[in-house]
Amino acid sequence: MSVRHALLALLSDGPKYGLQLREEFEANTGQVWPLNVGQVYTTLQRLERDGLVIALGDQTAEPGPQKAYRITDAGLAELTQWLLVPPDLSTPPRDDLVMKVLIAVRVPNTDVSAVIQAHRRYLVQLMQEWTRLKEDDNGVDVAFSLVVDAELFRLDSVVRWLDAAEARLRRALAEGWNPAQAIFATRASNGLPTRPKTPKIGVRR
Amino acid sequence: MSVLELRSISKVYGRGAAEVQALRDVSLTVQAGEMVAVMGPSGSGKSSLLTIAGTLEDPTSGAVLINGKDTLRMTNGAKSQLRRRTIGYVFQDFNLLPGLTAAENVSLPLELDGTSMRKAHLAAIKALEGLDLADRANRFPDQLSGGERQRVAIARAVVGERKLLLADEPSGALDTTNGEAVMRLIHNYCKRGTAAIVVTHDAQLASWADRVIFLRDGRLTDQTMPPAGPESLLEQEQSS
Repeated sequence: MSVRHALLALLSDGPKYGLQLREEFEANTGQVWPLNVGQVYTTLQRLERDGLVIALGDQTAEPGPQKAYRITDAGLAELTQWLLVPPDLSTPPRDDLVMKVLIAVRVPNTDVSAVIQAHRRYLVQLMQEWTRLKEDDNGVDVAFSLVVDAELFRLDSVVRWLDAAEARLRRALAEGWNPAQAIFATRASNGLPTRPKTPKIGVRR
Repeated sequence: MSVLELRSISKVYGRGAAEVQALRDVSLTVQAGEMVAVMGPSGSGKSSLLTIAGTLEDPTSGAVLINGKDTLRMTNGAKSQLRRRTIGYVFQDFNLLPGLTAAENVSLPLELDGTSMRKAHLAAIKALEGLDLADRANRFPDQLSGGERQRVAIARAVVGERKLLLADEPSGALDTTNGEAVMRLIHNYCKRGTAAIVVTHDAQLASWADRVIFLRDGRLTDQTMPPAGPESLLEQEQSS
């Protein structure tokens, strides 16, 4: 998560003090990601060094409660660019859960369905807890609902992957696939791609 | 108090080579006020479990108790009465009668059960009001959006204080927002004492339930633990 760009966004509607920025950051992210004020001041110092914000009042004072900041034109341009450019997701993250399922397939006498179900149950329980928070809030705090939805969709995608993985493994095993005889690294050694091409990232004007 | 109790239910369809074992020794108790979601892949027995719980078909073996009464010992007439008075059904494709208005669709089960037309109409309007649909009472199903049609179907399922609500993919034909609204409604009814079973393959929708059970190859293989309380999520965040 980019605290740097979140602070630029909060400064885009007028100058603010560090403490005010921390409060607004937490309010705008449903208070799900607490931010300590030291992190706010450190980030503001870096933004000032890079010419993206300027301090108002005493230019020589250390960052603190008395010092307000204003976004510069360069800061606004940086913020606009950041909002429009997608993060690079072309390389799959080294996901612990995916690794556990891939490894479970290779460990003799392991009930892979039981492994998958243990993770599925945990994820659904976590989703139940997020849903209860959403239900109690009843859409009053929009920022919080957005954060909860993002988390629910993320967890849901993992459950869907587990469902698909279980179905794929069942089918493969029924067709006689033997994981112990699987040949590794064939794609790369045969010159086949192991990840998608990165779509051109840029701002369409 | 348990509203529904399935005791060692098994269900076999067909015979010989065509035999399919849809449910195997499934036991499940649903308490008043509890919403249970049933998850599992296609063919895992979810729909069979729902139709047996709703007394729409009998299990091959086992017992089905509703409000403590063994439904397999009931006459067909008594079972029909139980379905009209105690059990409400919600289907993925709404199953509203196209020639009847929203209010008429909702009042129909009461009228079939002998309630006077006037009383049934008043109860239907009350049920529709509870779902913010009072201004849609005189509209026909094809004059309603998908979300509104499903809310009318829920009103029909709960009208007359039913004790058990059975829903088969109730949000399957709806977008995320309307699907969530339907699950919120069902959960609200449960908080007032109705027991519900909701069959879904969607984890986001299942997460509205108090308990999620998992079916695989006709067996109840697992279920979620009782909730730790939603505050625990925020406590974890703040302590990390």
